[in-house]
Amino acid sequence: MNAIVIDKDTSSADLARLSDIAEDVIRRCRAKGASEADVAASIDTGLNVNVRLGEVETVERTRDRGVSVTVYFGKRKGSASTADLDPASIEQTVEHACAIARYTEEDPANGLADPALLATDIPDLDLWHPWDISPEEAIRLAVEMEDAGRAFDPRISNSDGAAVQVGASMTAYANSLGFLGTERGTHHSLSASLIAEDANGMQRDYWYDSVRAASDFAAAESIGRKAAERTVARLGARRLGTRDCPVLFTPEVARGLIGHFLSAISGGALYRRASFLVDHAGKQVFPRWMQIVERPRIPRGLGSTAFDSEGVATRDADLVTDGVVARYILGSYSARKLGLASTGNAGGVHNVIVQPGQDDFAALLKRMHTGLLVTELMGQGVSLITGDYSRGASGFWVENGEIAYPVEEITIAANLRDMFANLVAVGRDVDRRSHILTGSILLERMTVAGED
Amino acid sequence: MTDLITQAEQRLLRPGGLSQGDLDGIFARLMGPSIDAADLYFQHSRSEAWVLEDGIVKEGNHSIEQGVGVRALSGEKAGFAYSDEIVLPALLEAAGSARAIAQAGSAGVGKPLAIATGRALYPAIDPIDTLSNEAKIAVLREVDAYCRAQDPRVKQVIVSLAATLDTVLIAHSDGTLAADVRPLVRMNVQVIAEAGGRRESGSSGGGGRYGFPELLANGRAHAFAREAVRTALVNLESVPAPAGNMPVVLGPGWPGVLLHEAIGHGFEGDFNRKGTSAFAGLLGEKVAAPGVTVVDDGTLAGRRGSLSIDDEGTPTQCTVLVENGVMKGYMQDKLNARLMGMAPTGNGRRESFAHLPMPRMTNTYMLPGQHDPAEIIASVPRGLYAVNFGGGQVDITNGKFTFSASEAYLIEDGKITRPVKGATLIGSGADVLKRVSMIGNDLKLDEGVGVCGKDGQSVPVGVGQPTLRIDSMTVGGTAA
Repeated sequence: MNAIVIDKDTSSADLARLSDIAEDVIRRCRAKGASEADVAASIDTGLNVNVRLGEVETVERTRDRGVSVTVYFGKRKGSASTADLDPASIEQTVEHACAIARYTEEDPANGLADPALLATDIPDLDLWHPWDISPEEAIRLAVEMEDAGRAFDPRISNSDGAAVQVGASMTAYANSLGFLGTERGTHHSLSASLIAEDANGMQRDYWYDSVRAASDFAAAESIGRKAAERTVARLGARRLGTRDCPVLFTPEVARGLIGHFLSAISGGALYRRASFLVDHAGKQVFPRWMQIVERPRIPRGLGSTAFDSEGVATRDADLVTDGVVARYILGSYSARKLGLASTGNAGGVHNVIVQPGQDDFAALLKRMHTGLLVTELMGQGVSLITGDYSRGASGFWVENGEIAYPVEEITIAANLRDMFANLVAVGRDVDRRSHILTGSILLERMTVAGED
Repeated sequence: MTDLITQAEQRLLRPGGLSQGDLDGIFARLMGPSIDAADLYFQHSRSEAWVLEDGIVKEGNHSIEQGVGVRALSGEKAGFAYSDEIVLPALLEAAGSARAIAQAGSAGVGKPLAIATGRALYPAIDPIDTLSNEAKIAVLREVDAYCRAQDPRVKQVIVSLAATLDTVLIAHSDGTLAADVRPLVRMNVQVIAEAGGRRESGSSGGGGRYGFPELLANGRAHAFAREAVRTALVNLESVPAPAGNMPVVLGPGWPGVLLHEAIGHGFEGDFNRKGTSAFAGLLGEKVAAPGVTVVDDGTLAGRRGSLSIDDEGTPTQCTVLVENGVMKGYMQDKLNARLMGMAPTGNGRRESFAHLPMPRMTNTYMLPGQHDPAEIIASVPRGLYAVNFGGGQVDITNGKFTFSASEAYLIEDGKITRPVKGATLIGSGADVLKRVSMIGNDLKLDEGVGVCGKDGQSVPVGVGQPTLRIDSMTVGGTAA
């Protein structure tokens, strides 16, 4: 029995089973006297193949299951989870959740979502595209990707490997208000990480693609070549002297910057007053031309969902209008703490789109004229409570609108408040491989620290 | 060890109707002419966590995960599958998937299993049951009140208590049969202080492989609380950090995260076998200043990063990485040790049954030197004194690493003056330890808070060091 059988698409039956489990859990919670309860039951399956230097390194089959239950006894809450969907384990899990609720204290903000906000329509968002690829085919694809990178330049001396990842997830969410919703989605990725070497030492870089449907992938060879191109471009990186200068973030790192903004207007940070953007709804944070929207129901969107992790319907809404914070990012709990309504963001944001500007990447380089292009950031030096930002960086020094040479072992620092207020431009080179969609971002000025 | 095996079999094998004898049949399915090695990793994990916020215990969570990971190795190839059901049909199916990476061949067998002997570095207790729920709630409330009583500027307090019990049973085709019962507890205190419209946070915590009574002994909970409040209040007074190169004095204990990032990852066997580490091929070469000796030691009783045996059943050890400035050894799991012709060092670790093992650190620290810490600070005309850090990151290929200070001060004329905020340090692993010019006599290990991430897998680790002077490092602040 050495042949590997390709998994059949059993998602409809799996979703039906998860729905049954979810409804059964709600009944068990009620039977134990819980006034309210909710449950999420999920199955995730996948295949991960890694090759390195033309040979298979790992072939992994994954299958994870889980049930997590929250019960409320009035305003007291308890939660528990298990990876075992057996009825005896589920009964035990419900008991654990109820036992915990005997010890927690009343919190007026506790409870399920407002019934009026629950999703009533669950449209098909075109998220289910199982990829019927055998391990052998996945290995061939990964080798193709890596080979294209290794052949790109003689200075590619080694490899950290190429990977093919296939994933599918199914979830059922139910609560004691009578809501039951199911969702299924696939998520696949291709990636390559290569190493180049010259007299100055070794450098590594990578490239990847991330999609809902395998037919949307960029060609595997192009991913390998792009990884190689990025790696070779870093050879001979120098340090920079300490200075203040304009900074351009490529889309991959720019989305992290948008991520800091989203965290700073998220309910948890706000009600704890642990954000530098506390009390900033309706206030100018970005320049007047800046627009950010959430579009949770984009067909095939990487962050698309019809309902959030509490069953609240997702909907299109502005996050930043003309540079002003249009709304916060809230689930039911943080909404109640702030005296507001849930925005359908329990569990996080869905698809966030930063409105692109007119400039392509080359135009942004010209516009910056002389400054630092950042392609990679390191470390955790971001304080949401103060907005202080100081991180390790590498990238390129740009002179007269042209890339001059690679740089590394420097830090960039500023305060997020000033970085946001003084954004110069957002490019139209939008990176589609994330649930945060943004082009490159040009910042007026940051402090670069390096050699003296 | 026999007791542990019995305990693990009861928790892991018996519920699914399995016994030790069934493992032979599974190995028969896994092994073959082109399979060099195979292993089974059974795991049951039970966790509980309680959180206090806004003065009330608002959250509690209990979780159970269990399953078995099945791995077959052929040369450098690994086939891996896992199942969250520990029953024979699921195990045989996973074994079939795992060995499919190797070419077809007739079935073989592993060596007969023999119980590995080892020493227990922690008690085989369920830490969740070492304190009643009433007592856990009382501790959370008491710490909250204690924090708020420290200073009126304290506006928000978040306290958490967490405990996990991991039970593992490991069977390897080399004949290893080993089991471990691993308790782990942790307390965290986070404080937000506000004054004059300015808000800052401070946090502290710790734990290890023991029960709650040990965690709470000797006023340790109050010490965490005082430390979190103190840090938040210090940060309220902080000024922007300087930018540029300067001497840096690192405090003892948790700043050892420097060693973890700057050299630790670069000394892991997999990166060196593949030649992707900046330290590849430097065994026997000078990589640090004279006097610098760094070890990875998984054998410290009760420590968060310690393990009696690693996740491949190898007893942990104290591995010398750097001795008096010279690179001495790698950290190895079985696969990389075999491929490099070396011995495993007890560093084969995995996040769970659903992850592949790889070389990972345990407790990584630098041995003490001769200098009085006060003398080290006095030696610096102008520089940075960094005593606490958030976290760090390294690019193992070019050796560049960074870590961010959560508490740091300016040193002016040999004296600690103002606190600074937002200082990120960046350097190159290959030369930062060559710039160590003074090593303190005050070696300290961290309180037990470290989590190391590699290839998407998190494992608990420890770090430590004495006070160190590094002659020049880049400090990434905003002030001139």
